[in-house]
Amino acid sequence: MLRFIVRRVLQLIPTLVGLSILLFVWLQRLPGGPEYALLPDDATDEQRASLRRSLGLDEPLTVQYLSFLRRIAQGDLGTSIASGRPVLEEFLTRFPATFELAVSAMVIAVAVGLPLGYLAARRRGTVLDFAAVGGSLVGICTPVFFLAFILKVVFAERLGLFPSAFRLSPGLDRTNLSGFAVLDGLRTGEWDVVADALAHLVLPGLALASIPLAVIVRMTRASVLEVLEEDYVRTADAKGLHRNTVRTRHVMRNAMLPVVTAIGLLTGSLFAGAVLTESVFAFPGIGSFIYSATQERDYPVLTGFILIIATVYVFINLLVDISYSLLDPRVRAQ
Amino acid sequence: MTTPPSSQNPAGTGTRGGAAPLLGRKAAKVDRLAELMGERGDDGHGAGVWREAFLRMRRSPMAISGAVIVTVFVLVALFSPLIAPYSPTAQTWGAEVFPNRNVFVGPRAENLLGLDNLGRDQFSRMVIGARQTLLVGVVATLVGFCVGALLGGSAGAAASLGGAWGRRFDNVVMRVIDMMLALPTLLLAVTVAALIGPSLTTVMIAVGVAQIPIFARLLRGAMISQGSRDYVLAAQALGVRKRRIALAHILPNSMGPVIVQSTLTLATAIIDAAALSYLGLGNPDPAFPEWGTMLADAQRFLSSAPSLAVYPALAIIVTALGFTLLGEAMREALDPKVRK
Repeated sequence: MLRFIVRRVLQLIPTLVGLSILLFVWLQRLPGGPEYALLPDDATDEQRASLRRSLGLDEPLTVQYLSFLRRIAQGDLGTSIASGRPVLEEFLTRFPATFELAVSAMVIAVAVGLPLGYLAARRRGTVLDFAAVGGSLVGICTPVFFLAFILKVVFAERLGLFPSAFRLSPGLDRTNLSGFAVLDGLRTGEWDVVADALAHLVLPGLALASIPLAVIVRMTRASVLEVLEEDYVRTADAKGLHRNTVRTRHVMRNAMLPVVTAIGLLTGSLFAGAVLTESVFAFPGIGSFIYSATQERDYPVLTGFILIIATVYVFINLLVDISYSLLDPRVRAQ
Repeated sequence: MTTPPSSQNPAGTGTRGGAAPLLGRKAAKVDRLAELMGERGDDGHGAGVWREAFLRMRRSPMAISGAVIVTVFVLVALFSPLIAPYSPTAQTWGAEVFPNRNVFVGPRAENLLGLDNLGRDQFSRMVIGARQTLLVGVVATLVGFCVGALLGGSAGAAASLGGAWGRRFDNVVMRVIDMMLALPTLLLAVTVAALIGPSLTTVMIAVGVAQIPIFARLLRGAMISQGSRDYVLAAQALGVRKRRIALAHILPNSMGPVIVQSTLTLATAIIDAAALSYLGLGNPDPAFPEWGTMLADAQRFLSSAPSLAVYPALAIIVTALGFTLLGEAMREALDPKVRK
């Protein structure tokens, strides 16, 4: 098991190095080169010259790349053009909001998707199955931002059931410990904050959950259908094991393998999906910041955020692989 | 002509080395069934698989609905200048619409779907938009398909025929692909779009680039699973040149899943293009309305004139659904395991 993990971690190195090269090249290719892309349009020639020096743009490319790596390793991802604050700081301030949003979306998707997919497989060919499969196909085909707008107009603006924007109601008195509104509220016992934060998560959470939910329903259904056909399930049934034991120990455990992979990868993609959802709900997270960075051509923010998100994604991938090997001993054996 | 192991697990990134025994077992099972299936083909060249798949699809309501939607969409897109009654840019009825005062014009005899916020005929814009949307979808898919197939195909051929050096080459290419997969699709598209500025070409390239790794993995997986088949061994034994084996034997037999994926990609391309338009990276030229741009523009009026957003949104959903249904039906028809 340890060897498997070590090998997988070592495999990350080329991926991460390649990623940094990709971003480095990307930065070089930006319109006007880094000294134009990384500074506001009204920057003076002296500022550009000093940036050239500090980035070492006169050095050979290899030296430039190494110093680029060194700056990344030191946590220096540049400075946002729009706000003038360090990119890493901007990321860390916004991360808790997006994390809470992604977790709520994933909770919705898994809590609804797994049982629905399972039931659809058990009752194959029934109305329920048809609705689940049809619904998830439509879900995949619906642009996320449109769904978000519909949810916002119907449930927030027309019916007034949930707040339509932001993460917390303005003027709410709360103790900020870590930036995670829900966790902070739970720790300090400020239940009104918890309720308020959760209410703000419902609509964006639902919008963001639509695609993972659809994928999970379909994968669970397909996977359960496949496992139900297996000989060992028939054997387990035939030898008189309790129905629930067969369902949990035999069917679900084996059917979960591909679904776990999908859930992990979907979680990674949620950070990108959040770009659309967050901008609709003015949710102050990573996604809405990327959106405004795109509008303002804030390249340092784009590069930095993409680097962080891709790294997180790669590590989520690693966790998926490790959990996969815990679930399936055959993977480890290789 | 089987669904390769990778499509059993379409999201199976990163488990490439790790999950091989599991996928290998599945692949073996699929391959055996595929052989049984191939034997029943009339000419013994595997054409039977396609014919049988086609016959199966003709009975599948999913395939028929998908095919109908796609056909209607393509016909509308091709003949759009003949169908559209007015110019999509002429603000003929501009004096009747006042978005600031919430005055909009709904469907009526001369304007089947009403007017948009600038007094243009919504129906004409939708029809012309179909053409732009089809163009974006097809070109983006082609970009992803061509580059992805080139990368994946060379990696797959090298891995199955090239010996130790081939496997090394395959390894390097797949590292690059894994790296591209590590960037979430939308971010990859945004990155490309930020580089070349907003235009229709941007959207097509950005969406296409994001599809490259998927095609590459798929074709590579399929080619490697074909590479261990008996007919490849036979060709090698007969002394057929490796390039010929790869191009004339393995490649045609590995295209099934890639073609299925192209159909599915047309759907994602249309949706991703809409998302990019919403992010302001789409075509700013009003002479070429595209559903994504129309939808993004109409969001502002969603509470006062919801239909302006609903028409393009429904068009996108239905079209994407059409391609998805067709692709899924093809996948099922080609997959011997689903065949009952």
